[in-house]
Amino acid sequence: MTAQTAANRPSAARSAVEAGLHSGRRDWTGMAAALVLLLTLIASLAILFVLLADVFSRALPVFTSRGLDFLGAPSSLNPEIAGVGQAIVGSIVLTIFVIVIALPIGITAAVYLEEYAGDSRFARFVNTNIRNLAGVPAIVYGLLGLAVFVTTLGAGRSLIAGGMTLAILVLPIVVITTAEALRAVPLTIREAAYGVGATRSEVVTGHVLPYAMPGILTGVVLTLARAFGETAPLIMVGAITGVFRSDPQASIADRLQGPFTALPTMVFSWAKQPQEEFRALTAAAIVVLLVVILAVNAGAILLRNRYDRRW
Amino acid sequence: MTAVVRHGPTALRVDDLRIGRRRRVREAVIRTAITVSATASILISTLIVLSLIGNALNFVQQVDPAQLVDEGWFPRRDMFSIPTILAGTLVISGVGMLIATPLGIGAAIYLSEYASDRVRKTLKPILEVLAAVPSVVLGYFAITVISPTVVGTIHPGGQVFSMAAAGIAVGILITPLIASVAEDALHAVPSALREASYGLGARRLATSVRVVVPAAISGIVAALILGISRAIGETMIVAIAAGAAGGSLFTINPFDPGITMTAAMTALATGSDQVRGASLAFPSLFFVGLLLFAITLVLNFISDAFVRRVRQRY
Repeated sequence: MTAQTAANRPSAARSAVEAGLHSGRRDWTGMAAALVLLLTLIASLAILFVLLADVFSRALPVFTSRGLDFLGAPSSLNPEIAGVGQAIVGSIVLTIFVIVIALPIGITAAVYLEEYAGDSRFARFVNTNIRNLAGVPAIVYGLLGLAVFVTTLGAGRSLIAGGMTLAILVLPIVVITTAEALRAVPLTIREAAYGVGATRSEVVTGHVLPYAMPGILTGVVLTLARAFGETAPLIMVGAITGVFRSDPQASIADRLQGPFTALPTMVFSWAKQPQEEFRALTAAAIVVLLVVILAVNAGAILLRNRYDRRW
Repeated sequence: MTAVVRHGPTALRVDDLRIGRRRRVREAVIRTAITVSATASILISTLIVLSLIGNALNFVQQVDPAQLVDEGWFPRRDMFSIPTILAGTLVISGVGMLIATPLGIGAAIYLSEYASDRVRKTLKPILEVLAAVPSVVLGYFAITVISPTVVGTIHPGGQVFSMAAAGIAVGILITPLIASVAEDALHAVPSALREASYGLGARRLATSVRVVVPAAISGIVAALILGISRAIGETMIVAIAAGAAGGSLFTINPFDPGITMTAAMTALATGSDQVRGASLAFPSLFFVGLLLFAITLVLNFISDAFVRRVRQRY
């Protein structure tokens, strides 16, 4: 009878067996260790919530008193009227540069490495090279932009120079995440396509890429979010950390070659201002930055969980 | 085709399997285009090395070696003390690793060995979101929260800007990175090892610490080196929170304001309009960049070697 109840409640049976094995003593050391490990995890996560709570509470007065005006207003030395309008435009244009330059090159490079190159010496060299590039600090890419785009190619301290620099910075990450997504597509898919007479490019565009698309998209979206918050390389290529006037009549070509700023650079320059009023303003700019980045991240993670496929 | 097959299997010749001329040309074009874009990475590496080395050489040729071991880093006064910026970098990365090593590895062990599947699936994405917070935000957090509450408690009466505050923020930044890479390494240890250990009567703690962690040690070391490399290259936190961006005397006291290689570079770049041409300040930017590039490259190589050891074993 007792045996049957124990079998009906497996957890009870398990704890009975465990108690028997440990001759009834509780494993205090083990429990303490589990608690300490759990605390390290909770501490790491709690920091995120403290950070968010702190920034949002500091930013609240700005949004309640200024409302949407803050999002459109240009930068200013007067904290009463300063806003992030130019910074938002700058960040959007920089992201477009990254999409147009880094994504096509990055994705095709990954297709080459995974689908075309095989295990050739050249492919292995490119592979190592890309992994090393991904580990180079962002500020070094800023130096590259300063030397190559700003000075040698004569683009000046412009949106073009900033966009090219960011595109080059994220390129290795795009290649690595895309290659991972391609590798997850099982070989049988390719073999089936070859079996009915498809050529290599038809296998890739018709079969491998569609199956890998959710993975590629997730990686790409996370990469774009990272580029959105990147600051150091933009400062190296001369994103404006002070105030500038953008002429509403200027043509698009002129604007691309003109001075620029971006949301993270704005945060940097305001964070360094000594006046207390700028503290709230900085927090408000951070909120705008974080809302974009966290929303994009959460979306990408949901996308990945939804399409996560076990072959 | 069908007519040929009807006569028997031997009538299908190899020529019938060849693709047409148009498709063959298309294949060749696509292959070439794709190969060209793969060489872009080589072009980028070459450009990095060339742009750094050219200007850095310029600096080395003109600088007096005595200037490189001066009392402090004040580029506008022609004092380029490399030990000063190296010391600042080491102090800040050291403080960061002091925070991130226990937190990151503890969190990794909990996630991989203790947490139930559901807990793991909820908490790991939160950790990834934490990793997505831009460093400029953590820099602001360092001066508004870490400096008054944490550093102010340990060392009352200190300044707002200190290497300790920046170091703690750097630690927060690299914790999720270390946790995530270390967790991958722990998770890759085959469960047969755990089962063998349980079978011998070991409890969960003994299994984790004596069996799983040693088996994954290469991956854990790789995670730590990756963390150090990220901490050394971290720029915005230091530029905002460590103070002394314009220059500093040699110091290794974490409660002093200090300067790192990266902070020295941002300071030079934001002020380079004034200094360009006038002195060695502008080329010194590239010399420091080359130094940083070399250090992180070596660290990444070492980390890579450790990762490869894990992969070979299982």
